[in-house]
Amino acid sequence: MRSYPADYELITPGNLDAVLRLLSDEPGRWTAIAGGTEIMVLFGAGKLSARKLVSISPLSELREIFEDEDWISIGSGCSFTQIRRHAGVQRHFPLLAKCASWTGSIANQNRGTIGGNLANASPAADSSPALLAYAAEIELISARGTRRIPYEQFHLGYKKIALAADELIRAVYLRKCPADSFCYARKVGTRNAQAISKICVAATGKLHQGRVEEIRIGMGSVAPAPLHLVGTERVLLGAALNDATIAEARKALLSEVAPIDDIRSTASYRKLIAGNLLEELLREFAAWGDRK
Amino acid sequence: MQKERIVGKPVFRKEGIAKVCGAARYIDDFSLPGMIFGATVRNAIPRGRVLNIEFGPGIPWDEFTVVTAKDIPGKNYIALINQDWPCLADGFVNHPQEAILLLAHPDRQLLPLAVAAVRIEYEELPSVHSIEESELQQTIVWGDDNIIKSYVMEKGDVDAAFALPEIVIVKGEYSTGAQEHLYIENNGAIAAYSERDGVTLWGSLQCPFYAHKSLLGVTGLPEDKVRVIQVETGGAFGGKEDYPSMIAAHAVLLAMKSGHPVKIIYDRMEDMAATTKRHPSRARHRTAVTKDGKLLAADIEFCLDGGAYSTLSSTVLSRGTIHSGGPYYWPNIRVRSKAFATNTPPHGAFRGFGAPQSLFATERHMDRVAKAVGLTPEEFRRRNLLRTGETTCTGQVIRQQIDLEGWMESALDHAGYYEKRARFDRENTDSLRKKGIGLAVFLHGAGFTGSGERYLNSLVGVDATAEGRVRVLVSSTEFGQGTNTILCQVAAETLGIDYEVVEMAPADTSVVPNSGPTVASRTTMVVGGLVHSAALGLKQTLIASGLLSEPYTSDAFQNAAKSYIAKHGALCSMSRYQAPPNVYWDDQKYSGEAYAAYSWAAYVAEVTVDLTAYFVTVDDFVALQEVGRVLNPVLARGQIEGGVAQGIGYALYEKVVWDRGLMMNNQMTNYIMPTSQDLPPIRVFFEEIPFEYGAYGAKGIGELPMDGPAPAILNAIAHATGEDFNAIPLLPEDIAERLAARTSIAKEMAAV
Ligand SMILES: Cc1cc2nc3c(=O)[nH]c(=O)nc-3n(C[C@H](O)[C@H](O)[C@H](O)COP(=O)(O)OP(=O)(O)OC[C@H]3O[C@@H](n4cnc5c(N)ncnc54)[C@H](O)[C@@H]3O)c2cc1C
Repeated sequence: MRSYPADYELITPGNLDAVLRLLSDEPGRWTAIAGGTEIMVLFGAGKLSARKLVSISPLSELREIFEDEDWISIGSGCSFTQIRRHAGVQRHFPLLAKCASWTGSIANQNRGTIGGNLANASPAADSSPALLAYAAEIELISARGTRRIPYEQFHLGYKKIALAADELIRAVYLRKCPADSFCYARKVGTRNAQAISKICVAATGKLHQGRVEEIRIGMGSVAPAPLHLVGTERVLLGAALNDATIAEARKALLSEVAPIDDIRSTASYRKLIAGNLLEELLREFAAWGDRK
Repeated sequence: MQKERIVGKPVFRKEGIAKVCGAARYIDDFSLPGMIFGATVRNAIPRGRVLNIEFGPGIPWDEFTVVTAKDIPGKNYIALINQDWPCLADGFVNHPQEAILLLAHPDRQLLPLAVAAVRIEYEELPSVHSIEESELQQTIVWGDDNIIKSYVMEKGDVDAAFALPEIVIVKGEYSTGAQEHLYIENNGAIAAYSERDGVTLWGSLQCPFYAHKSLLGVTGLPEDKVRVIQVETGGAFGGKEDYPSMIAAHAVLLAMKSGHPVKIIYDRMEDMAATTKRHPSRARHRTAVTKDGKLLAADIEFCLDGGAYSTLSSTVLSRGTIHSGGPYYWPNIRVRSKAFATNTPPHGAFRGFGAPQSLFATERHMDRVAKAVGLTPEEFRRRNLLRTGETTCTGQVIRQQIDLEGWMESALDHAGYYEKRARFDRENTDSLRKKGIGLAVFLHGAGFTGSGERYLNSLVGVDATAEGRVRVLVSSTEFGQGTNTILCQVAAETLGIDYEVVEMAPADTSVVPNSGPTVASRTTMVVGGLVHSAALGLKQTLIASGLLSEPYTSDAFQNAAKSYIAKHGALCSMSRYQAPPNVYWDDQKYSGEAYAAYSWAAYVAEVTVDLTAYFVTVDDFVALQEVGRVLNPVLARGQIEGGVAQGIGYALYEKVVWDRGLMMNNQMTNYIMPTSQDLPPIRVFFEEIPFEYGAYGAKGIGELPMDGPAPAILNAIAHATGEDFNAIPLLPEDIAERLAARTSIAKEMAAV
C-alpha cells in the first residue's frame, strides 16, 4: 500500500439525506466511495488524490432494484452480482446481465457497483455499451432534488460527466422493450476473466420486412467516452442487411470511432475489431431476422 | 525390484495442512521486538551519473535511517558468478529501478511517501535496450563489447555439410520476450544484527547459501556470524534464486546501521518493476536437410538479452545453447551464442533457464523444415529423433533406453491428432474460427550443466532426534513444488519407517549443510539421491550398533534411534555428491556429458483462432513425458499442469511492456497471465523408466513442462491459419496485423 492512511478521512453518515447534506454543505470536498473497487486500487498505488471519502456503500436507498410494467430501475449502489441475478434484468435486459457477469471476477462483482462503474467514467466500463443500447436514463440526486437525463448525455468527454459536485447517481432506468427485439453483446478483453475490455459492444434492434427498423449500438474503448454509434445507425436504418450495407456500416463506424494506443492494445487493432464486431453483430441480426 | 511403500504414492504434502488452514507463516507474518521497516529508493533513468541527492520537504528525515553505498562495510556487490552487480549504485546507474538508497523507519506507511520525497538529479548517458542495439556496439554499456558471455558449441563439420549437393536449406529467425515470475508471495526479508551474534536473515527465498555468500561479502563478517533462514515461501519459479540476495543485503545494511531488526517487503508493483525476469532471446537457424527429410547440419546463432549486469546470464546462456539442438540427431551442428548487456534490470533465473527460449526456436523451426521438404511435422520428426546409442549435440551418448518415436506417437494418439488434423483442414475453409493442432518434442537436462554438480559438491544429512524422529538436513527449499514431501518420502522409504516419522530440519544455514541451490530440476534427482545414501548410512549405523535388526517396524526403528542417542549423544549420517561414472565435460570445447540425465516429452496443443477478434484459445493440451520414476504422482502432475499453464502464458498472454528498460505494466491488471478461465484441460501422461543414479529412479520434472507449450501452440496456430508466427508472446494485435493484411490483399485480388 503506497498511501499514508492518516492523510485520508472516511466517514459513514448512514443515510442518504445526511450524505447529500454533506455534499451540498461542502461541495467538491467529499468523494463518494461505494464498492471501492476503483478507489482502493488508486489508494493502494498511492494515486488517490481525493482525501475525504464518504461511504455510500451502506445506503439501502441506493441498493434496490424496482420493476413495474414498463420500467426497471436499478439503484446506483447495486452490485453486479445483484444485477446479474435479478430475474427481471435477466428477462428484459439480458445484455446488462451479461455485461455484469463479465465484469472483473466474482469477488469484484460482489463489491463493484453500477453507480461506481458509470461515475468512474472509464471508456472501457463494461456496463456502458448495454445501457446505451437500451437507451437507459440516469437519475441524479442532490439536496436540491433529483433530475433524470438520458444516459447518453451523461458522458461529456474523457472522464468528464454531467454530475455536479453536490450530486450522486441515484439510479439507472431502463424501459422494457418489446420481447421480440434482437440483441447482441460481446466483450473482447485481454483474457476470459478478470479482464479490462480492449473493446466492448452491445446492440439492440428490430427488423421490418428484411429492413432495419430500429437499431442502437453502444461501444466501449473506442473513444474518450462510451460511444453511441449514431452515424453507423443512420446508415443502417431502413437498409437491408446485405454485404453492401455491412461494408457501408463499417465505413461509417470508422468515421465515428477514435481509439488510441494504450497499455492494453493498439488503435489499429481496436479499429479493425470494432469493424469485425459490427459485422458479426449485423450478420447475426440478419440471421435472427431470417429465423423469424 | 522391491515393492516400495511410500515412494510412488501420493502422500500428503508435509506443509500442506498448515498452508490450507492459513497457519503457514510467510515472511510478512513475522515480527521481531523493536523491528522497523525498510524501503528502497530506485533509479529513474536508464543509464547515467547520479549528480545530487536531495531529501525533499514534508518528511521527518531525522527519524530515518539512511544507507548509501558508503555505508557498506564489506564489498559492494551481490556475489553470483561475477562481481559486477552492485548492492547499491555508487554514483553511476545502469538500469531503471536500480537501488540507490535505503531508508528505514518504524512507521511502515510513511516509507512510500519518504521514497517519493527523495529527489535525485542525474546526468543521463546513452543507453541500449535490445539485443539489436547492444550488438551494434555503438554504445558500450558493459565490459569492452557489451558481451557478457559467448559460447561456440560444435560437432562434426557444419560448413562441409552445407556445401553438399542436393540439399535443402531452411532459415528462420525466432524471438521470445521477457516473462515475469508472478509468484503469489512478493519478495521480502527480515534482518537482525548484534555484535555478538552477527547477522541473521529470514527470507522468502530459494537458495539460503546464495544469500549467505552475498552477505559474507557485503558485511565482511566471518562465516559463523552470518545466518540465513528460509521461511515459508509462496512460490519462486527461479525468481527467488538471485534477487533475494539483494534484498537480504539491503535489510542487513539497514539493520546494522539502525541497530534495529528491519523488515523489507516489496509490493507487487515494486516486485514486478525491479526484480528479475526471463531473458528475452533471439535465435537464428540455418538448417541443411536432405530432400527426404534427414537432418544434416544446423548452424544456429542464439542470443540473450542479459540486462545491465551479468548475474546468472552465462549459465542461462549455457543451458539455452545446449538445448538448441532439441531432441534430434545432428551429425553436424554449430551453435554460436551470446548474452548481451542492455540497460534493463538484469534478467535472471526462471523455470527452464534458457531452454524454453532455444527450444521454442528449434521446435517452431522444425515444423518449417518439415514443410520445406514436404513432410508432415510428425513424419519429419520420426526420421530425426534421437535414439539410444546416438549422440546429442555435445557428443553425449544416449545410454538410456529411450523411445521418442513411440512417446510422440502415444501423445498424438491421446490428442486424437490425425483425425483432428484432417478434420480441421476440411472444416477451416469456411469458418471464421480456424482450428489447428500442433506438436513439440523436446528434452530437458536435469541438474547443473556440465561440471556444475561437481563444483557444487553438495552435502546432505539425515539425523535422528532424542524423541526418535528422523530429520532430513538439506539447504534445498520448499516453495510450493514439493521438496519437503519428496525428500521425506525418500528418507522414509530408505529407512523402512513411516512417512509421518520423518520431517525436514529448518532451512537454516546454521543447522543444515549446503546441499546446493534449489534450482535446475536437481532436487529430487540429485539431492534425493544423497538423502537416500545418507539414510542408508543411518540405518547401517543403527544395525551395526546392535540396537536394530531387520526386519523391523517403524516403532522399533524409533526406539533403536532413541537408545542410540541416549548412549552416543547423536545419530547422524552425511552424504556427499559423487558424479555418476563416465560423466566427463569439457568446458572449453563445450562437449561431453552435459547432463547426468535428460527428461523427454511430446506435447500436443489444439487451438482455435477466432478471426473476429484474432484471439487464440487453447482448447486441449496433451503433455506426455518420460521423467524417470515418478515419486509422487500428485506433485508430479501438479508440476506439469502448472508448467503448461505458465507456458501458455508465455506463448499467448504475458507481455512485458518496456519503456527504455522500465516495465510499464507492472500490475496484474495490465500484465496479463492466463486465469483458470483461459486454460484448457491439461491431460498429463507419464512414461517411467527408472534412472539408475537418481533417487529411486527419478529424473528432473520441474522445468521440463515450461519448454514445450509455446512451440506446440505456435505450431498449432500455423496449422490453423497457414501463417508462420515466430515470435512470442503472440498477442491478438500481432495476429490481427498479419492476417488482416493478408485478407485485405486476398479480397483485393478477388475483386480484380
Ligand atoms: C480486479 C478488478 C477488475 C475489474 N474489472 C472490471 C471489468 O471487467 N469491467 C469494468 O467495467 N470494470 C472493472 N473494474 C472496475 C470496477 O470494479 C468497476 O468500475 C466498478 O463498477 C466500480 O464500482 P465501485 O462501487 O467499486 O466504485 P468505487 O471505487 O466505490 O467508486 C468509483 C468512482 O465512482 C464514484 N461513485 C461511486 N458511486 C457513486 C454514485 N452513486 N454517485 C456518484 N459517484 C459515485 C466514486 O466517487 C469514484 O469516483 C475492475 C476493478 C478491479 C479492481
